[in-house]
Amino acid sequence: MNKHRPKHLALHLIKLPLPGFVSVLHRISGLLLFLALPLLLLMLQYSLRSIETYTQLLAVLAHPLAKLMLLGVLWAFLHHFCAGLRYLAIDLDYGVKLAQARASSKAVLAVSLVLTVLLGAKLW
Amino acid sequence: MVSRVVVGAHYGLRDWLIQRITAVVMALYSVVLAGYLLLQPRLDYDVWTGLFSGQPMRTFTLLFLLSVLYHAWIGIRDIVMDYVKPAGVRLAIHVQVILVSLLYAIWAVQILWGF
Repeated sequence: MNKHRPKHLALHLIKLPLPGFVSVLHRISGLLLFLALPLLLLMLQYSLRSIETYTQLLAVLAHPLAKLMLLGVLWAFLHHFCAGLRYLAIDLDYGVKLAQARASSKAVLAVSLVLTVLLGAKLW
Repeated sequence: MVSRVVVGAHYGLRDWLIQRITAVVMALYSVVLAGYLLLQPRLDYDVWTGLFSGQPMRTFTLLFLLSVLYHAWIGIRDIVMDYVKPAGVRLAIHVQVILVSLLYAIWAVQILWGF
């Protein structure tokens, strides 16, 4: 076997097809969610512990920066959720053809963004 | 009939399956919880703690969080295997993710049964 196979990984030149883009976003959103986990656990702790910590948490979350961060986490969750459902469907052999795969990755991007806006608007 | 020699540690299929099972658990929990919260006419401290005070809700929330941790461990390990080549760095990240996940699990028990 040729040990020195050429590699063409010029990331700035590679133009990913839409399903590939959704796949990368699936990884990024998953990593973001894991990194946000300690903050989310802390929020759960403050929200449950006592009425004082609950009100304290609400006051902190009222800050625009906190809202922006939560909106980011919400998008990461919704994108990961929608893209995850798409992968589960593909694993079950639904939507495997190229045209369907393209359409469903478009739907994942759109639905997760729309849901982020709708839920974000509802929460604030 | 194709006969091939299967090599490797054989954890691939098991992890692939676990990642999907935990995904279904998380999806069901999220949809049920989000639906319940969106249908509440008012959401204050009493409603919120009332929701989490029952044993079944605490149990399913812990199941959800354990699913998150196992699912995330497999996902992060896959990402690290793809992009981090030096064995030392890779090992360090793996150990950190495992330790942090175990601490999160303990913390989650303390949160859910500590109010």
